[in-house]
Amino acid sequence: MDTADTNNTLHSVIEGNYQYGFVTDIEMDILPRGLSVETVMAISEKKNEPEWLLKWRLTAYRHFLKLLETQGMPEWQNFNLPAIDFQAISYYAAPKSKPVLNSVDEVDPELIATFEKLGIPLTEQKMLSGVAVDAVFDSVSVATTFRKELSKLGIIFCSFSEAIKEHGDLVKKYLGTVVPATDNIFAALNAAVSSDGSFAYIPKGVRCPMELSTYFRINAGNSGQFERTLVIADEGSYVSYLEGCTAPQRDENQLHAAVVELIALSDAEIKYSTVQNWYPGDKDGKGGIYNFVTKRGICKGNGARISWTQVETGSAITWKYPGVILKGDNSSAEFYSIAITKNKQIADTGTKMIHLGKNTKSRIISKGISAGEGQNSYRGLVHAGRNAINARNFTQCDSLLIGSTCGAHTFPYIEAKNKSVQIEHEATTTRIGEDQIFYLNQRGINTEKAVALIVNGYAKEVLNNLPMEFAVEAQKLLAISLEGSVG
Amino acid sequence: MLQIRELHATVNDKEILKGLNLTVKPGEVHAIMGPNGSGKSTTASVLSGNPGYTVTKGSIRFYDQNIITLKPEERAGEGIFMAFQYPVEIPGVSNINFLRTAIGEIRAYKGLPPMETRDFVKMFREKQHLLQFSNELAGRSLNEGFSGGEKKRNEILQLAMLEPRLAILDETDSGLDIDALRIVSNGVNKLRSSANAFVLITHYQRLLEHIEPDFVHVLYKGRIVRSGTKELAGELEAKGYDWLKDLPDALTDQN
Ligand SMILES: Nc1ncnc2c1ncn2[C@@H]1O[C@H](COP(=O)(O)OP(=O)(O)OP(=O)(O)O)[C@@H](O)[C@H]1O
Ligand SMILES: [Mg+2]
Repeated sequence: MDTADTNNTLHSVIEGNYQYGFVTDIEMDILPRGLSVETVMAISEKKNEPEWLLKWRLTAYRHFLKLLETQGMPEWQNFNLPAIDFQAISYYAAPKSKPVLNSVDEVDPELIATFEKLGIPLTEQKMLSGVAVDAVFDSVSVATTFRKELSKLGIIFCSFSEAIKEHGDLVKKYLGTVVPATDNIFAALNAAVSSDGSFAYIPKGVRCPMELSTYFRINAGNSGQFERTLVIADEGSYVSYLEGCTAPQRDENQLHAAVVELIALSDAEIKYSTVQNWYPGDKDGKGGIYNFVTKRGICKGNGARISWTQVETGSAITWKYPGVILKGDNSSAEFYSIAITKNKQIADTGTKMIHLGKNTKSRIISKGISAGEGQNSYRGLVHAGRNAINARNFTQCDSLLIGSTCGAHTFPYIEAKNKSVQIEHEATTTRIGEDQIFYLNQRGINTEKAVALIVNGYAKEVLNNLPMEFAVEAQKLLAISLEGSVG
Repeated sequence: MLQIRELHATVNDKEILKGLNLTVKPGEVHAIMGPNGSGKSTTASVLSGNPGYTVTKGSIRFYDQNIITLKPEERAGEGIFMAFQYPVEIPGVSNINFLRTAIGEIRAYKGLPPMETRDFVKMFREKQHLLQFSNELAGRSLNEGFSGGEKKRNEILQLAMLEPRLAILDETDSGLDIDALRIVSNGVNKLRSSANAFVLITHYQRLLEHIEPDFVHVLYKGRIVRSGTKELAGELEAKGYDWLKDLPDALTDQN
């Protein structure tokens, strides 16, 4: 980024402007607001789904209703959950132009332009080399790049809708096996109304030669996004997956309740990275996305590896705990997280590491950054079952506070059911004060850059885990997210 | 290069500087001495633009401009450097990365292109050698876990890297052992040129035996009450500051 560029972003952020807050004007097919059996059936019908899937959705919907009636909304989180009117949301919004499966060049130019503006070029000439992208716009996937190249290796990378049609057996075998529809109220809602998402399958022994990624864009107002991602790495395979997301700037809150399931068979490795930049609301806390997401992976076979890396800068509320079930012996899992909250943003995030197999290892590195009136909570569960002999966990949980009006909280939970388990937990809290900023100012570094320097140093360990192409972007995003929050 | 005229400054609404005058020319070394709480660090803070201090009267000219309205980073860009009495620790930011950023920003302020990595490394090695600053320290986070003396030495390493026109050293000698004092003084002497100037704030004549000042000033109750040559430092060492109490009020307090 050159200096002029930096200055522009600086001003836009100080003035409370979110870079990706624009709206695309495009003809949409939108279901009327409201949630009912008819809504669920209408979504299933639009997608021409098989009977089993509709049944699954309806079961999930009934479970959602039951939870809502008997338990209401969850209350254990470290924030006040604003009331959500599920009847005020439209559960399906798709551009009218039909998704084109064969050539990205036939996709509606308006959509191509939208994604290009977001830094995600989709056309053949401009595609990012080394990164295959599935572009999801509101409720549907509108384009997936590099499909042909990948299919030569037997890799399936396509929208969820297409996977249901073309690879129904795989979807049926794995859907809901890691995050059951009954897992929690938002997972139940997602199972009932999810309309699209991404699907990837890496065959035995194949090392996926490029990054797979999904870019989620919410565009329509009064709608929610409920996408579903399923990644299956067959024995001995490897894949690195990245998701990014943005949304227009609106005064109303919008709900994003996604589910991601990862399945790693014996000796397979999945790296899943998220750079989350949903609209965070304005500086008074008006508007913004409620990002209530359930993400979980399973190391199903021996020696499987799963790693979650997340950079959470956006959303009014982020509420998610990407976890791993370490079922296979000698399997390992990692969770690397940076969560930034500023203004009135809230993040309650962390992970669940469920050790079931022998000699399983997990590592948790969580870095919370709070500025303004932001509130950041780390919540983590490390569970080792009776058979998880020699299970190990290391947790490092750091909080960085910028200014004096923000807050950081940690809630580590540990459950060890056998004596051979080793669990280590380290935690630090650092506050950046005016004297540190002045020190850097005196050396010629302005306040914005000083904060960026401190934050990047602090977040380095997590950023280093992102695919190279995205680490730089994420670093910029961190700096931009915090501009204007000091001094 | 520097002209401070009738400078009054407050911190938390309390007036600390009460009509300070000081002129520094290129090539000169000035020492400022004076009892605890007389306003020496305040002078350094005001010169470097610490936002906690408010200038209520007077002017600070640096070359051809009044710098009172300049931000601290702009003053650094103009070539003003302060070695802090109490350097802060910044965890997670490596010394090297910090120096690269600082040099980059100051060069950008002057309209110069970024320094080549090769040149930076070469320069760093040179200065590291000059100040006998170990690789182990250089590789750590900025001042994190440094001893008091190591922090002071790091201030002078930064000074050597940033090559300011005016350097203010606030009690850099306090906390240095005898060898370190010699290394730091040698370093400063090597950096002296006809184009730059140093203001040394110190309590001890010892430093001034290593770095020979052209002028020595005594700061008391926010004003310079006596100026002289290096002999004045010896006199102070012998007499202490008791004599200040006998100065006429007109000299020490204008109100
Ligand atoms: N933030 C502050 N609030 C109130 N008083 C302050 C503040 N900072 C400095 N002072 C006061 O200003 C006066 C001058 O302080 P200063 O640090 O400039 O002294 P000094 O000459 O550097 O002393 P020393 O030799 O002990 O370093 C002292 O009385 C000090 O207590
Ligand atoms: Mg002092």
